[in-house]
Amino acid sequence: MLIPKGRGALSDTVFELMRTDASSFAPALRTLADHDEDLHITLWALYELHYRGFEDVSDDLEWHPELMDLRRSLENTFEQTLRDRCDESAPEGDFAEAMFAAVADHDGPSLAAFIHREATAEQALELLRMRSIYHLKESDPTTWVIPRLPNTTKAALMELQFDEYGCGDPNRLHAGLFARGMNRSGLRSEYGAYIDDVPLEVLEQNNAMSLFGLHRRLRGAALGHLAAFEITSSIPSRKMAQGLSRLGLPAEMIGYYDEHVEADAVHEQLAVRTICGSLVEEEPGLRDDIFFGVFSCLDLEDRFANRLLAEWAA
Amino acid sequence: MIDGDAAPQQPDIILCPGGPMLLRGDHVVQSPDGTSARTTRPVSAVCRCGKSASQPWCDGTHKVIPRKDLP
Ligand code: FES
Ligand SMILES: [Fe+2]
Ligand SMILES: [Fe+2]
Repeated sequence: MLIPKGRGALSDTVFELMRTDASSFAPALRTLADHDEDLHITLWALYELHYRGFEDVSDDLEWHPELMDLRRSLENTFEQTLRDRCDESAPEGDFAEAMFAAVADHDGPSLAAFIHREATAEQALELLRMRSIYHLKESDPTTWVIPRLPNTTKAALMELQFDEYGCGDPNRLHAGLFARGMNRSGLRSEYGAYIDDVPLEVLEQNNAMSLFGLHRRLRGAALGHLAAFEITSSIPSRKMAQGLSRLGLPAEMIGYYDEHVEADAVHEQLAVRTICGSLVEEEPGLRDDIFFGVFSCLDLEDRFANRLLAEWAA
Repeated sequence: MIDGDAAPQQPDIILCPGGPMLLRGDHVVQSPDGTSARTTRPVSAVCRCGKSASQPWCDGTHKVIPRKDLP
């Protein structure tokens, strides 16, 4: 993947310095983001240095101190925004019940329901392109969390991640299933291929997962986010599968969603009971952050769905 | 639990209140209609509410059926 296109003064400056392997990023540190999209494409690219990197950027930049400074300042702004949006406090009572209830009681727009009954094939393909930013690195942001956990939670998370990563079989790896589905649907399946096309809301979703995953301090939020993601997957995945088959998309793409109907019916139970459940037992102080992660996941998806449904309705 | 202590024994089966039965390991599970399916993942969720469209596996449907009908 090549470094994305800049979307404003900050990303233009940073990306140009990255590409030319500049020795100093001082000009970038003096530049303010023009708007949220400028901030988030910059942050996304800085995170990407820790995943697969860019062909046109030196691998040495991954831990460049000035880029770390820049990343930290963008992250502070973003984390504050996420916390300001999360007005709800963690619900009381039995943890698993409270968590399933918090997600069930949340009322948001559903892209899956729209794909199920109303979307055109073109709209479905547009959604797949946007989802590809995450699904082509599915589960990777959560993997950062593993070494930061107590043993019980670590073992429980590995049980889930092992399934996401295909149980040792690369052909079953979820990101690989999605890539094959993209290919067969006539879409580009290379990692990050559509980054220049995705709106702010998709960048925010992806950056939130990296933010939570890369900071040990935010491990509670990372696993709360994981749980909310899994809880909101099985039933919507069924709708996606039926919608895509209504539109005549290839079996491989439908198969990705079929797999998630079953897999995530397991994963939601594991995420809530054995993963977050053991974490909150061992580190009760993380309960609020776990629910912060839950809320952020639901809220970020609402923002994306609202944006796309409004565009499609226009 | 302190990381140095032994964890309580890992259950092979977890009954989820109002939801599926989690089953660890490799098993063949027979559906109510008599057909059998083999597990394919480290942990599988066997439907206990009877309403899943993916029998014998849970597909999350238990979350949308009335509480009184739940296992
Ligand atoms: S127990 Fe989940 S669908 Fe029946
Ligand atoms: Fe998955
Ligand atoms: Fe999953």
